[in-house]
Amino acid sequence: MSASYVFRRLTVFVVIVWAAASINFVILRLAPGDPVAGILVRIEQQGGSVVGSDEIIRSYRATFGLDEPFVVQYAKFVANFARFDFGPSLSNYPTPVNAIIGAALPWTIGLLTVSTMIAFGLGTFLGALLAWRGTPAILRTTLPLLMLVAAVPYYLLAILLLAVFAFGLHLFPAAGTAPIGGLGATGLTRVGEILRSSFLPAVSLILGGLGGWMLGMRGLMVGVLGSDYLMLAEAKGLSTRRILFRYAIRNAILPQITVLALALGSIVSGAVLVEVIFSYPGLGSTLYQAIQNNDYTLIQGITFLLVVAVGVAILILDLAYPLLDPRIRYDQG
Amino acid sequence: MTRGEHPWTARRGWGAARRVLPRDSRLRTGVAIVVGLLVLGSVGPSLVGPAGLSLGAAGYSQPPSAAHPFGTDPTGRDVLTLLVYGTIPTLTIGVLAGGIGTGIGVILGLLSGYVRGPVDTVIKGVADVAVTIPTLMILVVLTALVKTQSIALMAIIIGLLAWPYSARAIRAQTLTLRERGFVTIAVLSGRNAFEVMFLEILPNLLPYVMASLVGAVSGAIVAAVGLQLLGLGPITTPTIGLMLQYAFQYGAVTRGMWWWWGPPTLFLVLLFGGLFLISVALDAFSNPRLRRVEAA
Repeated sequence: MSASYVFRRLTVFVVIVWAAASINFVILRLAPGDPVAGILVRIEQQGGSVVGSDEIIRSYRATFGLDEPFVVQYAKFVANFARFDFGPSLSNYPTPVNAIIGAALPWTIGLLTVSTMIAFGLGTFLGALLAWRGTPAILRTTLPLLMLVAAVPYYLLAILLLAVFAFGLHLFPAAGTAPIGGLGATGLTRVGEILRSSFLPAVSLILGGLGGWMLGMRGLMVGVLGSDYLMLAEAKGLSTRRILFRYAIRNAILPQITVLALALGSIVSGAVLVEVIFSYPGLGSTLYQAIQNNDYTLIQGITFLLVVAVGVAILILDLAYPLLDPRIRYDQG
Repeated sequence: MTRGEHPWTARRGWGAARRVLPRDSRLRTGVAIVVGLLVLGSVGPSLVGPAGLSLGAAGYSQPPSAAHPFGTDPTGRDVLTLLVYGTIPTLTIGVLAGGIGTGIGVILGLLSGYVRGPVDTVIKGVADVAVTIPTLMILVVLTALVKTQSIALMAIIIGLLAWPYSARAIRAQTLTLRERGFVTIAVLSGRNAFEVMFLEILPNLLPYVMASLVGAVSGAIVAAVGLQLLGLGPITTPTIGLMLQYAFQYGAVTRGMWWWWGPPTLFLVLLFGGLFLISVALDAFSNPRLRRVEAA
């Protein structure tokens, strides 16, 4: 991996972030007049009231230099975004957008990291079994059924789970983790409560994501099976398990890891629907609230954060790929 | 490849599709389910009549009975009537958005895979980044800004964001086809790039285009219903998504009114299951290596 390759990848990352900030700048100015004042007027027209709207306009004008020439405005805007300074939230003035995002982010990252990893691990393994000749007949007939379940979108699974396990059997709390903060429980009790409240959202995300991983891995395994080195491994008399894990899966899995990295990068957007259905206090439901309240600065903050996170994931992937797979050489191109 | 054909000019198109596909039980089941729902949507309204659509027409929050097989909602509308009237608009969103997305994807995929060069770099680059960003999130922000008032507008927005998936699939196939003998012959006999792409390569990609279209239709309905669950869809046309939106917003699950959220959920489970079976069958056909594994 050469220095120029690293430099090119970094440039791509900077361009993505810069473009995202610029698009946000343009969108805010599509409406005529003072962007913030315009939004506040719209909120009030729709019957909402904004506490301290004059104050918001003044502070926003100062932060983003709205009284200065256009070029300076643009430079300040991009600079603020680059520092993750999105100004105050319009619906919760004077709480900064950052504080709101900061409160919701751990919930979302916790839920989605765990469920994405489980769905990836389970789905990849089951997908490999789907293509593997030595898979027991029972699995061969039940696995496609599982994929059929996964064809149902995760939010429908969420509604079904909510109806059966939360409202029908009362096994899990129905209102997500929203009440946890108010419970004031500490230590292990609190951990238990969080796990219990996150269980159903996680299950719906895992079931909904499983099929994609299974299909992907099955396709990759099909490409690997029948290779000469597998035949050689068999001829050497290695155990089936060893051939499956060390030879077949290991060689087929690389593209799955690419998808995993990108999936982890897009985690910050949260799973809007699952979070809303289970009243889960993550970034997804925060975005939903922000849209309901026309809280434009908050929407901007969340979308920008998402783009940066996806950009970081792509950057890490591009840099890690030549290390993972020595066959890949980028120096020429 | 059919017997006796010269390997240079051999193509895989509808001939093979006609032989293999009708024997696939998954395809038959999937098509039967989707056609069944289509019939429900086109014949249903004339059977049940529009009376049940009016507010308060059928008694409030009634559980299923002989008069109302699926019960009524809290505004007094008949759930069965809502379901059959919502079917066609729901499928329309899917077909319109899926068609737009696949159409753009096919054109860009062909260009990217056949023309190569800077065109390829740009299209592939944008598509690669676009598939990693959760579409629903972009849609949520967009539809909140645009305030979609018609199912057509919502379908267009969804369709415009759906192209990267088919573009990638079509590009990959175009890359392999452009090296084939019949393409070389077409180029040597004076066909221009446009003719080669759309008259020579595209007809051979039709099974892939179909698979891509089915996936896009399914994905578009997933997105549309998701948006509606969040209250971001049009509320002027009856759709299955709108039924779920009201059921969810007015606490059908909390109130134990299973007949309110159950039928639209079951409808969607059937629809997605059917589309999934069709796409698996098309996928197995387009990828002969998969076919061999499944036969083993």
